Amino acid sequence: MPTDRELALKSLHYRRSVLRWIKHAGAGHTGGSLSCVDILNVLYNRILRVSPATFTDPKRDRYIQSKGHSVEALFVVLADRGFFPESDLETLCGYQSDYVGHPTRHVAGVEQNTGALGHGLPIAVGTALASKLDDAGFRAFTLLGDGELAEGSNWEGALAGAHYKLDNLTAIIDCNTLQITGRTKDVMNHEPLAEKWSAFGWAVRTVDGHDLAALTAALEKPFEPGKPSCVIARTTKGKGISFMEDVGKWHHGVPSDDEFTRANAELDAAIAQLSGGAA
Amino acid sequence: MYSPAAKAVAERLGLKMGRANLEEFADTLLALAKADRNILAVTSDSRGSGKLGPFGQALPKQIIEVGIAEQNLVGIAAGLGSCGKNVFAVSPACFLTARSLEQVKNDICYSDHPVTIVGISSGVSYGALGTTHHSLHDFAVMRAINNLTIVAPADNFETREAVKAGAASQTPVYLRFGKAPLYNLPAADPRPFAMGQARVLREGSDVAFLATGETVIHALLAAAQLEATAGLRCRVVSVPTLKPLDSAAVLAAARECRAVITAEEHMVNGGLGEAVAGVIAQAGIGTRFKIVGIPDEYTATGSQADIFRHYGLTMEGLAATALDLLGRP
Repeated sequence: MPTDRELALKSLHYRRSVLRWIKHAGAGHTGGSLSCVDILNVLYNRILRVSPATFTDPKRDRYIQSKGHSVEALFVVLADRGFFPESDLETLCGYQSDYVGHPTRHVAGVEQNTGALGHGLPIAVGTALASKLDDAGFRAFTLLGDGELAEGSNWEGALAGAHYKLDNLTAIIDCNTLQITGRTKDVMNHEPLAEKWSAFGWAVRTVDGHDLAALTAALEKPFEPGKPSCVIARTTKGKGISFMEDVGKWHHGVPSDDEFTRANAELDAAIAQLSGGAA
Repeated sequence: MYSPAAKAVAERLGLKMGRANLEEFADTLLALAKADRNILAVTSDSRGSGKLGPFGQALPKQIIEVGIAEQNLVGIAAGLGSCGKNVFAVSPACFLTARSLEQVKNDICYSDHPVTIVGISSGVSYGALGTTHHSLHDFAVMRAINNLTIVAPADNFETREAVKAGAASQTPVYLRFGKAPLYNLPAADPRPFAMGQARVLREGSDVAFLATGETVIHALLAAAQLEATAGLRCRVVSVPTLKPLDSAAVLAAARECRAVITAEEHMVNGGLGEAVAGVIAQAGIGTRFKIVGIPDEYTATGSQADIFRHYGLTMEGLAATALDLLGRP
């Protein structure tokens, strides 16, 4: 189990890689990948019982990324966990590449093809239900965007998760408060969010979605027997790069050469500071 | 559904009335599921409509209810299928292939989970309930989705075999049928049922009827009637699988017969007829050709029988179309 500091360093390196491959591909959902990468870090390095060696094990934990557009964060984390060489991402979004701009099962480690929003939660409900039916004991996790919550299918899935008492199901909401048109509260308000999930029969906790220890505590076990868990992760879109943080235009966007250099300088400085602290 | 004349022809052919494909489906699925606890039925408040009440009583742990939520139905089916469950997602075809089309496309077909999507009371089975409850678009939209086999059985035998084939399939299947009792078709084709294979029910070379689902019986009766009244020898081919289409059977009909008529309980856009036309045209064959289905208009109101009669999907209607196509009075 990596220490908090090791995990924090991983997050910084993941951010570097996310920007590197988006820059290389000339396309990508930058802001959302940076808002959820700490969540993926904790999931894949501390929570999920899955690895390249166990990926075909029927009892492995399942992660379904409903906000498929943040695929760069997922690919970078999967590569770090050894599902495929990170150099594969040189083909990201390229002709005949398996690494398209949303997750597909052609990529090692990906459980479901996603990209259209509002799909991950019902699939995760079915997955968690299969675990219960077979008494297999595995957990199902899905990551939703907050803008995505306007899709009605999420609420069908929320009803079903509670109805079937799926305490092996965890929905994590990457609540970065921005979507392509603007502030989520202005586009289609979903607050009060915790109350909604609670009213649907879920056990809810709100955490700082960039606090690795808090995320670990929220994800390591279900909150309440007989209820699915909802983790509302308060995050910042574009987190970690000063000029991208909480700026709507980075929903998708490729940094210019100058922006790329500045972003990397910020990350290098943070890595140096954290590494120095470790010495 | 059948005029007195049509019933007389059926009697002359020795055809026996069977039951609804829906009932055949439910019993077949129950038998399969009793032998394999991995088989699940997933329903959206459609247990009664799907005749799955006995299934639910016999195997309560193998039926999953999702409520009136077709998107959830297909998403949950995909999740169950991804974990190795052999899932039959059962809901009226009108909702299943429209409301949850994106889930069918992405969660089942694109993600490649071997779920059998079962559209019950398809076509105009719900007749007088109106267009909200008709599925006259489903062949067209489902044909345009990669990694999906489409099967519309014509009688109880084809239904039974299609359900078994769906359970055995390693890739997604869309199965669609209605709820009216049907005549059992003659077992003229000696080969066992297989998805992707058309079945020749009657030989002939004057007109070829290529029909699917619940229209096949009417084509068969028309062929018999045309022989008796006009001396025509008509071929009747049941095409249970729309995708992959049995191109060899289509081309044989186009090459060996003087005219080709397709019949389907679907809009004329994007269904069996246009699929057959595509095969014939791309082979460079010119032939007399007619697609009989529901035209692109506000659908006539009434029962399934009324609508079939209105649009010529009956023995009398199909026989008249054949004579017209051959230029005979």
